[in-house]
Amino acid sequence: MAQEAENKDIDQYHYSKNLDNAVQYLSFALGKEEYGVDILRVQEIRSWEPVSRIPNVPCYEKGVVNLRGSIVPILDLRERFNLSKAEYTPLTVVVVLQTGDSNKTRIMGVVVDSVSDVINVDKTEIQNAPDFGAKVSNEFINGLVSVNERMVMLLDVDKLLKLEALDQDES
Amino acid sequence: MSIDMSQFHQVFFEECFEGLEAMESGLLTLDMGDIDSEIINTIFRGAHSIKGGSGTFGFTVVAEYTHIMETLLDEMRDGRRKVTQPAVDVLLGSVDCLREMLTAIQNEQDVNNASVAKHKAALEVVLNGGSVTAEAVSPVEQELTSEVVAAVNVVSDVVEEKSVELEEQGWKIAFCPYLDLLKTGNDPVRLFRELNELGELTTVANIQDVPAFYELDPEECNISWDLKVMGDISDGEIREIFNWVEGDCEMEIQPLVKAVKPVPVTKKMDPEPVAVATSNNFSPKPVEVKSKVVTETKKAEPQDSDNDASKTTAKASSIRVDTDKIDTLINMVGEVVITQSMLGLVGENFSMDKVGQLKRGLAQLERHTRDLQQSVMNIRMLPISFVFSRFPRLVHDISSKLDKKIALKLVGENTEVDKAVVELINDPLVHLIRNSLDHGIEMPADRVAAGKPETGTIELKAYHRGGHIVIEIIDDGRGLDKDKLLSKAIEKGLIEENNLLTEKQIFELIFMPGFSTAEQLTDISGRGVGMDVVRRNIQSLGGNIEIISELGKGTTIAIHLPLTLAILDGQSVAVGDETYIVPLVSIIESINITERMLNKVAGKGETFRLRNEYLPVIRMRSIFNVHSGNPTKSKEGVLVVVEGQGELCCLLVDELLGQQQVVIKSLEANYRRVEGVSGATILGDGSVALILDVPGLVRFSIR
Repeated sequence: MAQEAENKDIDQYHYSKNLDNAVQYLSFALGKEEYGVDILRVQEIRSWEPVSRIPNVPCYEKGVVNLRGSIVPILDLRERFNLSKAEYTPLTVVVVLQTGDSNKTRIMGVVVDSVSDVINVDKTEIQNAPDFGAKVSNEFINGLVSVNERMVMLLDVDKLLKLEALDQDES
Repeated sequence: MSIDMSQFHQVFFEECFEGLEAMESGLLTLDMGDIDSEIINTIFRGAHSIKGGSGTFGFTVVAEYTHIMETLLDEMRDGRRKVTQPAVDVLLGSVDCLREMLTAIQNEQDVNNASVAKHKAALEVVLNGGSVTAEAVSPVEQELTSEVVAAVNVVSDVVEEKSVELEEQGWKIAFCPYLDLLKTGNDPVRLFRELNELGELTTVANIQDVPAFYELDPEECNISWDLKVMGDISDGEIREIFNWVEGDCEMEIQPLVKAVKPVPVTKKMDPEPVAVATSNNFSPKPVEVKSKVVTETKKAEPQDSDNDASKTTAKASSIRVDTDKIDTLINMVGEVVITQSMLGLVGENFSMDKVGQLKRGLAQLERHTRDLQQSVMNIRMLPISFVFSRFPRLVHDISSKLDKKIALKLVGENTEVDKAVVELINDPLVHLIRNSLDHGIEMPADRVAAGKPETGTIELKAYHRGGHIVIEIIDDGRGLDKDKLLSKAIEKGLIEENNLLTEKQIFELIFMPGFSTAEQLTDISGRGVGMDVVRRNIQSLGGNIEIISELGKGTTIAIHLPLTLAILDGQSVAVGDETYIVPLVSIIESINITERMLNKVAGKGETFRLRNEYLPVIRMRSIFNVHSGNPTKSKEGVLVVVEGQGELCCLLVDELLGQQQVVIKSLEANYRRVEGVSGATILGDGSVALILDVPGLVRFSIR
């Protein structure tokens, strides 16, 4: 009991002061699975709109859209993770993410089913993703965290959006 | 007073470099036989404004240096000194030196004092020695001047250079102020007092021009003076005193001990050059030393081009725009704002009877937007002379190094082209011109033997043609030897022996990596790297390069470049439900066809017969994996005949949609390179269309 109270105290401390240990993640759903991305990487959330297809690229790279004058590629995360395909509806959401280092940043959109919440995560609570061997690729997953008994997979945005690396994987 | 002067530095440097360029081109155009005083004036003005500016900004090294140049030029301007080739060469060297200094200052590096001192000494020797030869310039004395220059070049020690200055025993100054000298706030007495500090001063006033007392205006200066200053004073020091009254008086400064002059100048040098200078002027030795001067100025060249490169990178951040262009732009924006408010009024209480008004407003808006776009693009346009103006110097230097006689002709320097193109085209052009100089133009003797004029001509020509700028480098040299090219290519294993190549294909060989026809490597060109890089650079700008050559008559290299890299005339085509843009420049023609008109080759490839020529067909549907739309439609389609890298080929699309100007957006900014696609653009409805990369598409389809 006492320990629980102490935890709570610490958590509140984190929430209010937003110390290094506390990180905010944007969580979203893909089917029944829940994922999270670092909220500082999220530029905006948009509804799905038709894309212009790019020829001869992997199918999860859906195409490009015009985002206020810049050409932004859209990736489908369901297809990226080999989940079942879902129909795009007006409720389908595109999360626009920033990636890259200081000398070059890229902007990309990822298609997800729905955006759920902004969650506060204590860094120390993040667990490493278990190794599933070759069966399941966990290269994009930074760690796991549980929020209200649900498991949220935290994604590494940079690895997720690294297209060149993907190209090499395929060849 | 706390004005931050550094904010003006950028402008100052730009002006300096412009001034230097003007001086350089002026010096190069100087014709020894017939001196155009206007050219000398231009050169003088360049030096003068650099001196003034650098003085203001506290770059005293530059100011002092330019001062000497200015003195020399001033004497040339007044005709007190004959313009001689050695003097011009030294001046050219000083321009390089100045540029070096300014670049160093601009990049906040230390000025290379040794080289400055060397050039300074050379200048001063010309200045001092020259005043002797000015009386009567005989070839002998010219030789002497250059000899002395060489001597000082050898001795680059600043201390010794000082001692050269000190050789003057005294000066005679005829100082004849204009009437309004006093009104400019200058007082001759103050000048004399300063002179007196330099050395013992004797003044003789000429008062014969002073009017009678009742006519006398106390604000006018009617007196002129003959001054004599005795002592070890340099010309520069005296001129510095008179610096402020330069424009308000007539002045002549002459050294008192004329005849002794050349001896003291050379006396301080190593004894050897003195012996040469005084004893035998016609011996081969002075000539040899003279050539040394030339090579010495040449040596500064690679350094100089380095500076050029860094200069362009430093300059890249700003652009000088004609005020006219900005005025048009402002007018245009005003128009757009008016149209917008008009449309706003229409929209406020809209009723159907206002449709006509609305339409008119929209049409106006469209026109203004297009004009606005045009004038914004115009701001980025620079005359190609920004690139061309460097070449006279290049040709001058290299031709004298190679002992060839070459005249450079510039045509169409005012042709405007996008700034980005201007910056990127320089290096390829330098390379091509060096090639023409080195390999193209023959030695004078060979030219005469071939019945051509001794002086070779290289013509650099720029003009607009259909949304492109064409730059041609035309030389009347020996031309390309087809047989030699072929045998060389076979020898290097670049082509098969029995390959039959067209003339065009043979010339294209020189663009292959590792191909050089030069019999011997020179440091100017001929290392076999280059032409392939040149072509790659030009292609990366969206242009192409062509060679036309006739053995013994000359070579023409034509570069076609798009005027701007930001906008492109495109033909939109439909493939399935998708829209693609084909650059209009690569389209030759479009033909409506049915499936039956295509011929199968080996069951896979397809060809189309266009006026007795079989062209390969690329089906856009299959190459881009388009499944949308009505596939039966492709039974009938449109063949777009395009040219990519000199090869014709046909793109089979479903439909032609329309022509429009599109703004090129980079796919790579957020995404990556896609094969067969050069970029993307945003269409009127806000959707994205891909721009086809025709040469890439051809390559892609072959694989």
